[in-house]
Amino acid sequence: MPFKRYVEIGRVALVNYGKEYGRLVVIVDVIDQNRALVDAPDMVRTQMNFKRLSLTDIKIDIKRIPKKKALIQAMQEADVQGKWEKSSWGRKLIVQKKRASLNDFDRFKLMLAKIKRGGLIRQELAKLKESAA
Amino acid sequence: MAPKNSKVTRNPNLIPGIGKYSRSQMYHKKGLWAIKAKNGGQFPHHEKKAKPETTSEKPPKFYPADDVKKPLVNKRKPKPTKLRTSITPGTVLIILTGRFKGKRVVFLKQLPSGLLLITGPFKINGVPLRRVNQSYVIATSTKVDISGVDVNKLDDKYFGKKAEKKKKKGEGEFFEAEKEDKNVLPQEKKDDQKLVDASLIQSIEAVPDLKAYLAARFSLKSGMKPHELVF
Repeated sequence: MPFKRYVEIGRVALVNYGKEYGRLVVIVDVIDQNRALVDAPDMVRTQMNFKRLSLTDIKIDIKRIPKKKALIQAMQEADVQGKWEKSSWGRKLIVQKKRASLNDFDRFKLMLAKIKRGGLIRQELAKLKESAA
Repeated sequence: MAPKNSKVTRNPNLIPGIGKYSRSQMYHKKGLWAIKAKNGGQFPHHEKKAKPETTSEKPPKFYPADDVKKPLVNKRKPKPTKLRTSITPGTVLIILTGRFKGKRVVFLKQLPSGLLLITGPFKINGVPLRRVNQSYVIATSTKVDISGVDVNKLDDKYFGKKAEKKKKKGEGEFFEAEKEDKNVLPQEKKDDQKLVDASLIQSIEAVPDLKAYLAARFSLKSGMKPHELVF
């Protein structure tokens, strides 16, 4: 019931609306009740409404509004990208992106692979059924 | 020699239509007096070429009562339709209309009429050498190696309908004679198909699963959104 992910300086968030949709950003300052100053290594530091941010579990150790270099260094030390790609949320997004970028030929090959896998599973199941019977 | 940047006129315009110098001033400026002197008091001129004798035209039998308007000259030459950049020789296309709808097919070249020349290959999916309009086709990003294929002899005339010879109307033999020779494909076209497909099928078999891909038809399944699909 208690909250686990807080808005704080250093909290990594995912942008879920607008031009920067899908980008991982770090909250570097809180402007007022509704807005935060966010920054990312390849982005100009901007303000964003909290409603546009989805907080993640990742937090890095920075001071209020660090310089870009310091921010990048802190992100490297905390291995934000690595942690994100290992987390289940991050992995889901990667899979979604891959699926969306599949070619028509890729989709065909995927279909063949699924059929093959299903066939193997059914074979094993049949074997198990036989041995159980 | 240093290139001359702007052409200087000897007789600049004061106002469009009115030059700065008069006729006699221009005569002096252009040095026509020197040309005359060089040529012994006369302007150099060529003898007029004798006009070849044309047979006299007969006066027309008929003059229209009112003046007939002549249509304006039109020198426009139509170009073949602009080919989408996603369509290059060897691209796999998905046909959307006609009896081959949904078939995945290999693009060979664009014909001078603007239509696309495609082939199944015939052995793989039953689509022969055929013309197809660019608008009824989805271009995928899958390419086949087409370097071994020679399509120079195939053009629009090859695919056009043959002019039918006029048959004399007999009475009793009407129905029999008409039926015979409509549906046979000339052997020459079958040979052309085999020739084109031979090297194509080799390059297709080099890629795993590509043959089965071309043999299958495309269809939209549940959950597929065409505007979000990447082809």
